[in-house]
Amino acid sequence: MKAFAYQRASSPAEAAAAVARTPGAKFIAGGTNLLDLMKLEIETPAQLIDVNGLDLDTISKTDDGGLRIGALVRNTDLAADARVRKDYAVLSRALVSGASGQLRNRATTAGNLLQRTRCPYFYDSNQACNKRHPGSGCAALQGFSRHNAIVGASDACIATHPSDMAVAMRVLDASVETVSPSGQQRVIPIADLHRLPGATPHIETTLQPGELITAVTLPKPVGGQHFYRKVRDRASYAFALVSVAAIVQSDGSGRIAAGGVAHKPWRVEAADAALPRGAKAAAAALLQGAKTTHDNAFKPALIERTIASVLVEAGSQA
Amino acid sequence: MDKLPLKMTRRQVLIAGATPAAASVLPAAGALAAELTGPTPTRAAVMVPVELNVNGKRHALELDTRTTLLDALREHLHLTGTKKGCDHGQCGACTVIVDGRRINSCLTLAVMHDGDKVTTIEGLGTPERMHPMQAAFVKHDGYQCGYCTPGQICSAVAVLDEIKAGIPSHVTGDLTARPELSKQEVRERMSGNICRCGAYSNIVDAIDDVAGGLA
Repeated sequence: MKAFAYQRASSPAEAAAAVARTPGAKFIAGGTNLLDLMKLEIETPAQLIDVNGLDLDTISKTDDGGLRIGALVRNTDLAADARVRKDYAVLSRALVSGASGQLRNRATTAGNLLQRTRCPYFYDSNQACNKRHPGSGCAALQGFSRHNAIVGASDACIATHPSDMAVAMRVLDASVETVSPSGQQRVIPIADLHRLPGATPHIETTLQPGELITAVTLPKPVGGQHFYRKVRDRASYAFALVSVAAIVQSDGSGRIAAGGVAHKPWRVEAADAALPRGAKAAAAALLQGAKTTHDNAFKPALIERTIASVLVEAGSQA
Repeated sequence: MDKLPLKMTRRQVLIAGATPAAASVLPAAGALAAELTGPTPTRAAVMVPVELNVNGKRHALELDTRTTLLDALREHLHLTGTKKGCDHGQCGACTVIVDGRRINSCLTLAVMHDGDKVTTIEGLGTPERMHPMQAAFVKHDGYQCGYCTPGQICSAVAVLDEIKAGIPSHVTGDLTARPELSKQEVRERMSGNICRCGAYSNIVDAIDDVAGGLA
């Protein structure tokens, strides 16, 4: 690990300003992903701004009947919150399907959103990776790509976003609240937080330098049955091959989003509209234009079957 | 390989050559080589004062900011019961309990725990006065080589508390009800602790014993 200076932030705006003015500075919260990458020297911050002491660790009601989740709320606490379990069960289910108990006790809401891909070529600094080293190429294209993306990818990058939580937040139409180094606040719809790789896969979000996530808000509950179905190589503690977050209403309408298929949580309006017509129609709309590799050609069928299993459990037409 | 610039050190060539996919990245070899041979600026270590409360005892330390909680425990406080397995949060051998919660001590910096209360395997019990979970692991043979055992035991103690506190897991059927004290729940919640000897079945028996019978 490269040496770094360390400083505790006293307010969100001050933290944002500190990261903006110090070259090579980064926020650290749970640290479960950042320290992993620092040990491999994939991340080499010159300074860490510790935000753990900031007052951003509570869950409260919003004026419009939704919930505001502080950026520092740990994954365990978010999954266990009675309001989340009752009204946003898809989010609880997604959280407890991710990582391990130890990691969920440390990992934060904002950190989970901003975690980096687990593409093996991003992690192996002997390999070409446009995300880690822009312009070096993408070794995953011809490599081991079982976990890689099938929609929204590019010739420069086929990495996936590894979060389960973010897929549930996408299906819930969450918003991300931030503060900029100048103290300005803004709200980003979660659909617009993560970028597709295009030619610049190293730029992963629409956040500006130093911009700090302070909270995630959920709109008022939409009812329906909530599902988070994750398919992986082990029964527990593994990243998704594919996952499906779904909210199905009693009339068969609903919404779906998928994880493990793209550079961001994947949701398509046409797939929501197709849901009452069954899994085949919904999967076709969700994965329109999909491009698979030799290793992940199973993913479209797996997505369709995962949607089908959700619809069967919901009691509507599969 | 012969196209790689001569500036590469022997070690770097070996690294590049040893990777099976090296051939597939040849078009990018220039950029790759630049990455391998690029300047690696050295930075001076930054030392910080850190106070840890470990197993009821306060320790004032002066640590490099890079020191993980795991290394602070093992290398500075010589509490070597906590093990370093993968050092990347994948195996759980380094599990300790901080302010009542189990975490991977390898994926957190000591400086982030200034003033925190840390419980390690040495703090749970001693050979003479074992914690009930330690005694149950011995009774049920919940190990073979023993390397993962301190992490398994710290995790197991915390798992029973988490179920009691009503924290849901991936196998919890009804999210609005309290989770069951069941073998299925224990297996799922212990998934962050890997045992390469495969003592899992006896580990569940040990936890079952302490819990007073799992469903």
